[in-house]
Amino acid sequence: MSYCKQEGKDRVVFVTEEDHNAPAAVSLPEEDEPPAGLIQPDGEINWACPCLGGMTTGPCGVEFRESFTCFHYSTADPKGSDCFEPFSRMTECMSQYPNVYGSKNDDREMPKDELTSEDSSEIGHSEVSAKA
Amino acid sequence: MFRCGSLASRIAQPSSRVARHGKARGINRSHCDRGYSNASKKPMTMNDLPQPQGSWAKRHERMQKKYNLQLAVGLGFAGFTLFAAKQSGLVNFYFGPGKLKFGKGVESKEQEAAAVEEETITEPPADVESEALPETPAETPLAAPIDTESAAAPSAPVDTKPASAPPTPVEVPAKPKQVEEAAITESSAVVSKSEEDAKSASTAKESAGKVSDIPEHVPYLIIGAGTSSVAAFRAIKAKDAKAKVLVISGEGENPYMRPPLSKELWYSDDIEATNKLRFKQWNGKERSIYFEHEEYYTPVKELATRENGGISIVKGRKVVKLDVHKKRAFIDDGSEVSYDKCLIATGGTPKSLPVFDNAGEDILKNVTLFRSVSDFQRLHNVAQQGKHITIIGGGFLGSELACALGYKLKATSGSVTQIYPEAGNMGRVLPEYLSKWTTEKVKSEGVEIIPNSFVEEVKSAKDEKVKLKLNTGKEIVTDHVVVAVGLEPNVELAQSSGLEIDDTHGGFRVNAELEARSNLWVAGDAACFFDIKLGRRRVEHHDHAIVSGRLAGENMTGSGKPYWHQSMFWSDLGPEVGYEAIGIVDSSLPTVGVFAKATAKDTPKAVVEATGESLRSETEQVADTSSLMHSSDPHAPLKGEDYGKGIIFYLRENIVVGIVLWNVYNRMPIARKIIKDGKSYDDLSEVAKLFSLHSE
Repeated sequence: MSYCKQEGKDRVVFVTEEDHNAPAAVSLPEEDEPPAGLIQPDGEINWACPCLGGMTTGPCGVEFRESFTCFHYSTADPKGSDCFEPFSRMTECMSQYPNVYGSKNDDREMPKDELTSEDSSEIGHSEVSAKA
Repeated sequence: MFRCGSLASRIAQPSSRVARHGKARGINRSHCDRGYSNASKKPMTMNDLPQPQGSWAKRHERMQKKYNLQLAVGLGFAGFTLFAAKQSGLVNFYFGPGKLKFGKGVESKEQEAAAVEEETITEPPADVESEALPETPAETPLAAPIDTESAAAPSAPVDTKPASAPPTPVEVPAKPKQVEEAAITESSAVVSKSEEDAKSASTAKESAGKVSDIPEHVPYLIIGAGTSSVAAFRAIKAKDAKAKVLVISGEGENPYMRPPLSKELWYSDDIEATNKLRFKQWNGKERSIYFEHEEYYTPVKELATRENGGISIVKGRKVVKLDVHKKRAFIDDGSEVSYDKCLIATGGTPKSLPVFDNAGEDILKNVTLFRSVSDFQRLHNVAQQGKHITIIGGGFLGSELACALGYKLKATSGSVTQIYPEAGNMGRVLPEYLSKWTTEKVKSEGVEIIPNSFVEEVKSAKDEKVKLKLNTGKEIVTDHVVVAVGLEPNVELAQSSGLEIDDTHGGFRVNAELEARSNLWVAGDAACFFDIKLGRRRVEHHDHAIVSGRLAGENMTGSGKPYWHQSMFWSDLGPEVGYEAIGIVDSSLPTVGVFAKATAKDTPKAVVEATGESLRSETEQVADTSSLMHSSDPHAPLKGEDYGKGIIFYLRENIVVGIVLWNVYNRMPIARKIIKDGKSYDDLSEVAKLFSLHSE
């Protein structure tokens, strides 16, 4: 059984587990806009997706986009095999910025960890502190 | 019928009474004393009438003088009361439209000009005979402008300490025409003064080679290189792949994250890493506080010509003026940039206290207004030496620093004291019972807490120490003082560029799309924006900086979206206790807190003793469940059954406008939805069920 006390203008309620096992009398409405994923409903690529991390905004962003667009619309088999040119330009660009696009860097973190509010999976508040 | 006066003797001696009575009645009437005075029984004569004491005219004059004096004193006092009421802002006579407000320095000068005019206007209605009371107060405002003028000058180039509080910040109503004229002449005088100062400051700088670096024109200009700027330029680049973005950093650093400066950086054991501003995240990986590596940014020289665009950071410069109509920015070294879209993300400067503003150099070298990386490095050095540090301020920054320093100084055998005017830590954010609990927690981290106090006087003591004298009379001798009493948004651009400032919240006034004017946006700490759900507000948190920066960036590339995604914030008081919050979290609002009651099965991870009991950090492992009762009657909280975890709802007119998740994690999306709904609920305990408090 829960109980409640009043401290001035603040009310405090202590609830037991049993009370909270029952389903809530109120419910939240459905989310009207689900967070956008990598591919938009019309098939276009969502460049602002946090999953892409800093790839689109970095110094090699344009090269990355060209390669990824080519891959996305590629109809060859295997997919993307006709995109060698853009990919090689991208890797060449990335090799000029090793600190940004490090291959197996333990010291450096991908920038995508810093974006907070968009992520639907907030694992822990201290991760938020790392993210943000 | 009145008989004899000696009633007492009559009652006492009835026998004699009877005898005497008989005598008085009949025989010897002349002995009866009826109590009349024995005055002479002569009849009245004309001599008994009152006689004239002197000239009537003289007396009349004397009386009139007395009455006139009373009238004069009365009128004078009434006039003084009206004047005092008007000056103190108690009463607004609404003689005319209010004055334009641009900033602290200019505002007080306009006030003095208007105040002087106001006095001449109110003089005629006052009584002619009254003393020169209205005139003397006019003289004191005239003396004040001298102070504000000297204060306005140094404020433009370098703002290490904000100017002292303006005298009587009051809406002084005055005749519109005179005010406008005065205002225009005043503001133009100050503008030319600040530009002069800026130019003289720039000539002192050795910026000869760098001036040519800044391109003539840039499509996207961002003023300020903080968290909002980062979110903005990322959003811009995501939408506009080949965008060229120029970021101007007044502080001279690459953009960095601010929260670790008062949290993670203090808890790492690796001194080397801390000196390089690197810290360990919760997942064990180390990272730098800087958002991006230096290589990420395009050198300023190359920006204009780089085919794929880029993001360049200009360090150590400030934008002093914006011509919003012509879209030109004027930089303090004399160069100019024209832009297509501009974002102001200037953030804020830590507030100071008047006692420190007037202190001498020898004291100020031991005082830190904590905000930036250089402040952190300075304080870290002091902490390494195991000194005594005093923190003034009991809000987020003050409390976090207190816990962090408490932790750090254990190893170096230093000590920390925290002074604040509220009754408990986070007194303005958390409801009283939680604030009390938080204070106990901070105490357990080894901090000496002095609540309900503020510093009245500061003196230097021997051995380069500082002596603080509090309003309670207590004196503290300390090695270093950290001031964390709030943030003043950097709005110097408003007055030079014709931008509006909000007087309630401070900061640039912008609409829900974060626009101040055409092609000009403001984001972050400096933006006072219209929140469609919660009303106009200004938020000084990290997540808000990111959300608003991103929104501004998207709007700069043409989205036109309003602020809808509610930002959250969090605070860590040491590694064990933390909470997340969203919306308006102000302790003056009525709150409803729903806490999970600990039963025999439930052992909260952070066991907290009920308020009033001493706190021991070692009892974290096992809660003393034997003393718990599974009773249904209302009773005082027992050990273990207390504020372990819960949800606190902040209500405004019965609608939930803010939520604090106390030791409850992963539930922020639910809280966000509740705020977005903006409904009023009958039973908030039902709403709390949505958070599944009891599952882990």
